[in-house]
Amino acid sequence: MFYRENGQFKTSYEKDQQVFSIPQDRWAIFAIIAFAFIGIPLLVDEYLFRAILIPFVILSLAALGVNILVGYCGQITLGAGAFMAIGAYAGYNFLVRISGMPTLGAILLGGLTAAVVGIVFGAPSLRVRGLYLAVATLAAQFFWDWAFLRIKWFTNDSPSGSVFVADVSLMGWTVNTAAEKYLFCLGILVVFSLLAKNMVRGSIGRQWMAIRDMDVAATVIGIRPMYAKLSAFAVSSFYVGVAGALWGFVHLGSWEPAAFSIDRSFQLLFMVIIGGMGSIVGSFFGAAFIVILPLFLNQMLPVVGGLFGLDVSIALVSHVEIMIFGALIIFFLIVEPHGIARLWSTGREKLRLWPFPH
Amino acid sequence: MAFFLETLLGGLMSGMLYSLVALGFVLIYKASGVFNFAQGAMVLFAALSMARFSEWIPQWLGMENLFLANLLAFVVSVAVMFVVAWLIERLVLRHLVNQEGATLLMATLGIAYFLDGVGQTIFGSDIYKIDVGMPKEPVFLLESIFQGGILINKEDFIAAFVSAMLVVALSIFFQKTSTGRALRAVADDHQAAQSIGIPLNRIWVIVWCVAGITALVAGIIWGSKLGAQFSLSTVALRALPVVILGGLTSIPGAIIGGLIIGVGEKLSEVFLGPYVGGGIEIWFAYMLALIFLLFRPQGLFGEKIIDRV
Repeated sequence: MFYRENGQFKTSYEKDQQVFSIPQDRWAIFAIIAFAFIGIPLLVDEYLFRAILIPFVILSLAALGVNILVGYCGQITLGAGAFMAIGAYAGYNFLVRISGMPTLGAILLGGLTAAVVGIVFGAPSLRVRGLYLAVATLAAQFFWDWAFLRIKWFTNDSPSGSVFVADVSLMGWTVNTAAEKYLFCLGILVVFSLLAKNMVRGSIGRQWMAIRDMDVAATVIGIRPMYAKLSAFAVSSFYVGVAGALWGFVHLGSWEPAAFSIDRSFQLLFMVIIGGMGSIVGSFFGAAFIVILPLFLNQMLPVVGGLFGLDVSIALVSHVEIMIFGALIIFFLIVEPHGIARLWSTGREKLRLWPFPH
Repeated sequence: MAFFLETLLGGLMSGMLYSLVALGFVLIYKASGVFNFAQGAMVLFAALSMARFSEWIPQWLGMENLFLANLLAFVVSVAVMFVVAWLIERLVLRHLVNQEGATLLMATLGIAYFLDGVGQTIFGSDIYKIDVGMPKEPVFLLESIFQGGILINKEDFIAAFVSAMLVVALSIFFQKTSTGRALRAVADDHQAAQSIGIPLNRIWVIVWCVAGITALVAGIIWGSKLGAQFSLSTVALRALPVVILGGLTSIPGAIIGGLIIGVGEKLSEVFLGPYVGGGIEIWFAYMLALIFLLFRPQGLFGEKIIDRV
């Protein structure tokens, strides 16, 4: 009833090519962003920020990066965790070794370093594809896991690769409280999402999608596979690297290589596939799902066990947790292989016709 | 020289153990096009089941005979793996026919999480012993040629022998029996196989069963070396470079790949490791496989990848 676009005529090319060309969409997005920036910091307490909101914002950014590579360019990667680690450790090195380096600069430079490494480790994609490539990207994961643990230069000679960043500041604003951290990350996320949305709409995004759909055919119509694939690797690694730097600098404060293990890579891939491959909004859904689900299970299982008069031990909770996690993932893949984003768009189609669907 | 040979032999034997796990990957990939990340979880599950049943069965039946207990535990574990395979086909794969590779990959990751959780809930999460009477004492070879001879672990030797036997058995099964022929037909072309009356679903159950049994054998051998514990599920990650080096569709590839990776890992660790700080085995195997892929993208023995528009 309210979500109707008939009667809205686009009279110029600019209007036709807007990111959100339907006014209802546009206002909804503005409302959501305004709520995220103003409403949430007023409503939410410290715990919720630290446990859910900050991880959600940072991991959405990482999922966005992985989605560019996996969802838009069709190159499966299992090494995203390594690129988060590169972003974090490179950012740390820029911060420590160059005096007067602003934190945001270090974070972005960390992302750039990750992008360069991404190009190097993306090079095999020109020869190898599909599942072989997925396994090949594991090489990056294991190599960097090892490098940050063993090569002391990367970690400024700290034992066991654990490093810390004292405080994050942006042009005189010191990011201290949980709410400020959240706002800092959210600001970066909004800017980067807008960039990503425009990239995938533009020429480069179309090249990526052509490569994803059929790379031989794309080559035939004149898309350079090397440029398209490597740019996807670079952009994706940049996003993931920035997310990694934020994860280390802002969320953890002090971290060691285990924070970016192979489990993190799997987690990011789950986010993309459950959220929806090749969908920007899907990355957010996926990140929310994967961040909230374990916390939810952790809280709910003892309660549910209590209902049946069972005493649920901590070990059992963790086992049942991964069990249900696995089962839910399979369930989701079976019910909606195209991810939550597809459910979302189906819902929107329905809403458009509601309440008179015929 | 003796030291080099010792490292080489050690590498070959651990390579056989890798190829045992790699076989499971290849079997399933060949027949259903699914890259089964749950193979490691299956190894863990099978090892836990074997360890616990060989402990429980003597308690239940009140018998002393170790051999009989192990035999019964093995039979029960085979049955358990059969049920697992059947459930996977019934509950997961059947609903995901014709989905993309990435989706199937994720589904097997889901299976891996689920199996890890179920296994540890049912069987417990401590380290359990698997005692199938493998001799532990080392033997010395070629003492007349080299001073002190070459030290070999008898256990490794038996393990390598068992793997070799398993490979022979599987090859015969694939080449000579009618079921094996049906499996190869399905691997070749799902639709063509279906159209000549090969039941796809049953074939998948069989393949997952065979993979489950390979996982059980791998689990017993690895488990009696390291104990049945959670870290067994990471064995699969060690075996992955073997599969891509050998080619995802080739059984001999899994063996040869395993040997190459095993030897490469051991030699690099011993001769290269000290210079760069050690612990390089894991990524070295992957790098080796990756460099190899640059020259032969389909792996050593994999079927040639042909692109059509």
